Amino acid sequence: MSDFTSEFWNFYVIGIVVLSLLACLILLWSQGSVTYTAGKTTGHAWDEDLEEYNNPMPKWWSLLFYLTVVFSVVYLFFFPGLGKYQGYLNWSSAKYSLGADGTVANQAGSKYQSEVDTVNRKLEPTLNRYLALDIPTLAKDPKAMEMGQRLFQSYCIQCHGSDAKGSKGFPNLTNDDWQWGGEPEQIEATIAGGRTAAMTPHTDMSDETVKDIANYVLSLSGESSDSERIARGEAAFRNSDCLTCHDPGIMTGQPTGVPSGNILMGAPNLTDKVWLYSRNPEVVADTIKNGRNNQMPGWEGFLGKGKVHLLAAYVYSQSHK
Amino acid sequence: MSETQTTYNYKVVRQFAVMTVIWGIVGMLVGVIIAAQLVWPQLISDIVPEFLAPILSYGRLRPLHTNAVIFAFGGCALFATSYYCVQRTSHTRLFSGGLAAFTFWGWQLVILLAAVSLPLGITTGKEYAELEWPIDILITLVWVAYAVVFFGTIAVRKVSHIYVANWFFGAMIIAVAILHLVNSAEVPATWDVLMPRSYSVYAGVQDAMVQWWYGHNAVGFFLTAGFLGMMYYFVPKQAGRPVYSYRLSVVHFWALIFTYMWAGPHHLHYTALPDWTQSLGMLFSLILLAPSWGGMINGIMTLSGAWHKLRDDPILKFLVTSLSFYGMSTFEGPMMSVKTVNALSHYTDWTVGHVHSGALGWVAMVSIGSLYYLIPRLFGRQEMYSVKLISAHFWIATIGVVLYVASMWIAGVYQGLIWRAVNEDGTLAYAFVEGVKFSYPFWQVRLVGGVLFLLGMLLMAYNMFKTIGAGRSEDVPVLAPAHA
Repeated sequence: MSDFTSEFWNFYVIGIVVLSLLACLILLWSQGSVTYTAGKTTGHAWDEDLEEYNNPMPKWWSLLFYLTVVFSVVYLFFFPGLGKYQGYLNWSSAKYSLGADGTVANQAGSKYQSEVDTVNRKLEPTLNRYLALDIPTLAKDPKAMEMGQRLFQSYCIQCHGSDAKGSKGFPNLTNDDWQWGGEPEQIEATIAGGRTAAMTPHTDMSDETVKDIANYVLSLSGESSDSERIARGEAAFRNSDCLTCHDPGIMTGQPTGVPSGNILMGAPNLTDKVWLYSRNPEVVADTIKNGRNNQMPGWEGFLGKGKVHLLAAYVYSQSHK
Repeated sequence: MSETQTTYNYKVVRQFAVMTVIWGIVGMLVGVIIAAQLVWPQLISDIVPEFLAPILSYGRLRPLHTNAVIFAFGGCALFATSYYCVQRTSHTRLFSGGLAAFTFWGWQLVILLAAVSLPLGITTGKEYAELEWPIDILITLVWVAYAVVFFGTIAVRKVSHIYVANWFFGAMIIAVAILHLVNSAEVPATWDVLMPRSYSVYAGVQDAMVQWWYGHNAVGFFLTAGFLGMMYYFVPKQAGRPVYSYRLSVVHFWALIFTYMWAGPHHLHYTALPDWTQSLGMLFSLILLAPSWGGMINGIMTLSGAWHKLRDDPILKFLVTSLSFYGMSTFEGPMMSVKTVNALSHYTDWTVGHVHSGALGWVAMVSIGSLYYLIPRLFGRQEMYSVKLISAHFWIATIGVVLYVASMWIAGVYQGLIWRAVNEDGTLAYAFVEGVKFSYPFWQVRLVGGVLFLLGMLLMAYNMFKTIGAGRSEDVPVLAPAHA
């Protein structure tokens, strides 16, 4: 990629750098010898007693000066500095390069990429060994779980918390309630590809109906005892589209009539005491009325299969202690 | 001698000299407060009314501290010593007393405006150039007046050669003018001068580059070239010895002012700044090592033949110690500009330690030594009220700097090491808070160092006012040039 809008600036930079280094050398060289008698001043005097000797510059000092200039010349041969010239080592701090036509490509000689590659190469045998093990076995390997925990602490705790117990809107990973399935392969698929779930809004419902449904839903786990509302709510629940997603059998053609959740849709089980947002009746009503959108990002592209496998085992271990 | 006998203009020198000590105390006190805030984060908010809490918070006070010590303390020291030096070494009264008085009152107004606007959060957000556009305009006016007074005096000098100290003061005045004008170029977002708001005319990485071209040359010219000028006058004067090498002063002067201009990009290593720019910043910072050391060699070698004077002359102790810190900081600086070293040191307390070995060890100590020479002469005295107190000041200040710098080195290197420590899987080995936990005792040591340095300044103020009380403001006649 070029930082230069035209060739002129390329040569301008090269020109002033070369001239400047030359200027330093010429200054030093031209002033190197001095005729001087020890103990005699230059003859200039200011303010009564301010005078100057004219000792030659210390040899070691001139040498130091020369050395730094020579070092610079050598450095500029190996590394970027002279305009567009990327240096003999083809070194770059960038990960990507941008072409004149706006296309993005991997930067040649990327120091960033080479550092990442080095770490990955060193880690590869370990990860391959872990990949060969199934998740329940891996979850019992203390060394693997140490690394799994570090990965979890780096990439997952921002949403799921350092204890993996989640928070409002972010699932608890330590219990046996799984929005997208708790089998090892299902957990791994969730981490690898991410998940997107949506609860449809029901803005056409009256606030009273929404409250009734909320009370019915809460009653399934014993959280409401308002029998009048529960009765009205159940009727409204069954008349509406709720079971389309929350009934586990509907997609296989064997409806159960019980909203115990559908992992194919990421539709939560409404009959247990686990609540993704809150068991507060107002929050439940808000969810029914306005819907929800939520997303778990996919990690395989960033972390690779091996680390995802390890993370899946770590997450699995949290509910299988 | 008749009444019309020309005297040196000491009035403006006296004014700036006294304000140097006062602003030094103010600036360092603010520094001590923010150092204490790092040790006790609730310090201010616990004791002040709620409306004062944001005004006295770390984020508001930190730029006040840097501006006060650099531009109020350092600036007044430069004005005082350059005005004194230029008229005495030109053997003529300072050019234009009116303009000189304007620079004094104008500069004090700039400082007061900074002291009000920065705590109120009125800032451009550019480090060491935080002041908003109305104050920037005032700075420009004062600085142009300063240049007219200084170069006007040079122009009417009675000796043919210009003394080396004046080269450095002159270079400082010209370079700072350019730096200020270029970096502070900004577009006002409102014409309300009481609540000014503006945006830099530069954007993105260009803005960062201009800012650090300014930032590093503020160090190079304001805090180095200017104070080298001070050194070149007061060291030979106090030592009673000729400058060691005229030739060395010529070479290191031109090399220094030329090379400094390139060094800015080392503040932006491993950022969006192009690699070629970073390389050049690093290389010219390395080349800068020898030219910087030229000044130290010339200062210290000036003492050869007068080393015995060090034993009982605390002023000379201040000056020589300042040169030692100058030499150390200008070695450390090029090393830190090496990209590999910078990868460790950047953003850590090591940088803070480096800055303070320069600011306290070099800038403050050379100013303090020079002022101890200057103050009695401005007030018709042979020496300061108490030479013992100067000695006490020297030891307290030296211990203070050493505590400050050493604690920041240790904390900084540790921070750098743990921030980049990674496990075999590429995850970070330490949480950020581990660095805070480690640094905490060192921040306490730093606070002690800062308090000691401030204490020294208070001794100086006492000594100064006692000297002034016993003396009188007296302008001495202009000396005839030696060979005239």
